[in-house]
Amino acid sequence: MHFWFNDEHEMLRNVVREFSEKEIRPKIRELDEKEEFDREILDKMAEMGFLGVCIPARYGGAGMDYIALGIVSEMLEWGDTAFRETISVHVALNSLAILQWGTEEQKQRWLVPQARGEKIACFGLTEPDAGSDVRNMRSRAVRKGDVYILNGEKMWITLADVADHFLVFAKTDPEAGHRGISAFLLERGMKGLKTGTIHGKMGARASNTGFIVMEDVEVPVENRLGEEGEGFKIAMSALDNGRYTVAAGATGVIRACLEESIAYAKQRVAFGRPIAEYQLVQQMIANMQQRLDIATLLTYRAGWMKNQGLRNTRETSLAKWYATEAAFASANEAIQIHGAYGYSNEYNVERYLRNAKGAVIYEGTSQIHTLLQAQYALGYRVDKPLRCELPPYDAEEWSREA
Amino acid sequence: MKYIVCLKQTPDTAELPKITPEQALKGNEGVTKVMNPWDEYAVEEGIRLKERFGGETVAMSVGPDEVDEALKSAIAMGCDRAVRLWDEAFADSDYWSMALILAKGIEKDGGADIVLTGKMSVDGNAGAVAHGIACKLGVSLLTQVAKIVEVGDGKITVERLLDEGRETVTAPLPAVISVVKEINEPRYPTFIRIRKASRAQIPVFSAADLGIDPAQVGAAAARVTWTNLVKPEPKKREVVIIEGDTPEEKARKLLEYLIDVEKVL
Repeated sequence: MHFWFNDEHEMLRNVVREFSEKEIRPKIRELDEKEEFDREILDKMAEMGFLGVCIPARYGGAGMDYIALGIVSEMLEWGDTAFRETISVHVALNSLAILQWGTEEQKQRWLVPQARGEKIACFGLTEPDAGSDVRNMRSRAVRKGDVYILNGEKMWITLADVADHFLVFAKTDPEAGHRGISAFLLERGMKGLKTGTIHGKMGARASNTGFIVMEDVEVPVENRLGEEGEGFKIAMSALDNGRYTVAAGATGVIRACLEESIAYAKQRVAFGRPIAEYQLVQQMIANMQQRLDIATLLTYRAGWMKNQGLRNTRETSLAKWYATEAAFASANEAIQIHGAYGYSNEYNVERYLRNAKGAVIYEGTSQIHTLLQAQYALGYRVDKPLRCELPPYDAEEWSREA
Repeated sequence: MKYIVCLKQTPDTAELPKITPEQALKGNEGVTKVMNPWDEYAVEEGIRLKERFGGETVAMSVGPDEVDEALKSAIAMGCDRAVRLWDEAFADSDYWSMALILAKGIEKDGGADIVLTGKMSVDGNAGAVAHGIACKLGVSLLTQVAKIVEVGDGKITVERLLDEGRETVTAPLPAVISVVKEINEPRYPTFIRIRKASRAQIPVFSAADLGIDPAQVGAAAARVTWTNLVKPEPKKREVVIIEGDTPEEKARKLLEYLIDVEKVL
């Protein structure tokens, strides 16, 4: 057992940190204020390989492992939540679902251009009246010969107005509860598929969040991901990856809160001494350090399990629950350390608090994760093997070119 | 064509203020080290030369194991391979000895058409290694290079940045050029290249491999030694807020302050 990142991970961390420092941080206050998604930053990310970080090289990816996906998420959110959210939906929720569940033809058609960054992908599960309660979704898919006719509405969808590709879920058998849900790959331009942007969010304001409307969208049968009725399992397995990136991102928020609080506490003088010398400030710094280490260990344990091909639903849920709550608490204390300046957008910390609040709600609220953990502990919940598991990382196989 | 970029690993500029003169004199800064920022421009230009005129770009550095990190960064940016030169005898070499070691390393690697360096290092600040390499190799030297106009017919044409303008000069190849930051914008490594670079094997050549007499290099052979180092005093900053009910009143008070208190008008 060891706890070290390898050379590749360290180089990646340094490069993504530099990217966040130079490309995101200088612009973020303005983007956040204006609620603007910066396409230029996304294009640079695509060029560098962010959008296929842990996808095998033969499918157009960079061929790195799942730990690398965590590092990218952590250090992007150290810059801002917006661009970590891009990775969460494009890579973790959409592309990895195709890698896990897709046929070879589907991987070639959908995954390859996504991993190369030529097409942007999103994930449509949540509906206006169904968030955590997935089985009560209203979207319908009715098969007519070689096509499905999709109708319904998806809400709070990251990159809705930016994406070219959409992984959406709809009921093919409304009587069958969660076993009646199927997954479909849609693309922009399909007749009846519309998207829009939601404004007025508290945080993650530089991220594009929107809605998808499907009105009699004809989707060819070959665009169905997995078997009919397998949608719920696909969605849940995708969330195992999405939540991992959210946990890693929250770790990046804690890291940013700690670094900025230390810098401020050392230079801000009150009553003749730097405030870092006061024990009540030190308590908050210590809290953040404790949270950073716990969040890091929980998150990268989940990443390591993915590399090994071990089921990690429980561990990922725990990491996501802990890290997002810890990020919110850290941002709150970072503002306290910064005093009145922290309450204004002159410093980053107020943005961290607004951003961190979103992550304790999406991809499973803290309440859902609390119940999940209790159910696992009590033995009420046991994960069953899936028809298609996320492939374990194999360095040689992942670096093999097409 | 073959291009060799000579680079140095230096303290991260963000960490420079933390280093004490005593630590710097001992060469034991104890901070995060990265590729010398000035050298990033040389690496970028070395890669661009390969892209423009074809050939191979090699990164080269003098230093212990930890220097592999900076060399791998150069490979991640786009260099084809890297070479490290190290021997205990090289420790505490001055820039003249460094130039000798690098010149021998370049010869050992089969020579180069163009050798590139950054204008200086952020720690030593001498900016003399390029001169030394050109002198040891007996080839052209072009400093302050802000643009490579043309390479061909055994010649290189560059624009040099002067205090008050630019000049275009041509020199025969091989040549050593030191570049300024105006020359390019260093690229980010792609993730695929990071993966490959992290697994790169970097050969190391010792004094014996390079045919260097240990007495010619290192502390004992240094012609230049640092006898004292002084850190500049931190700049003192003070904020004065001029209060007033109206913009006119604030402006009047500001004017009075500038004339009567600061006496700058």
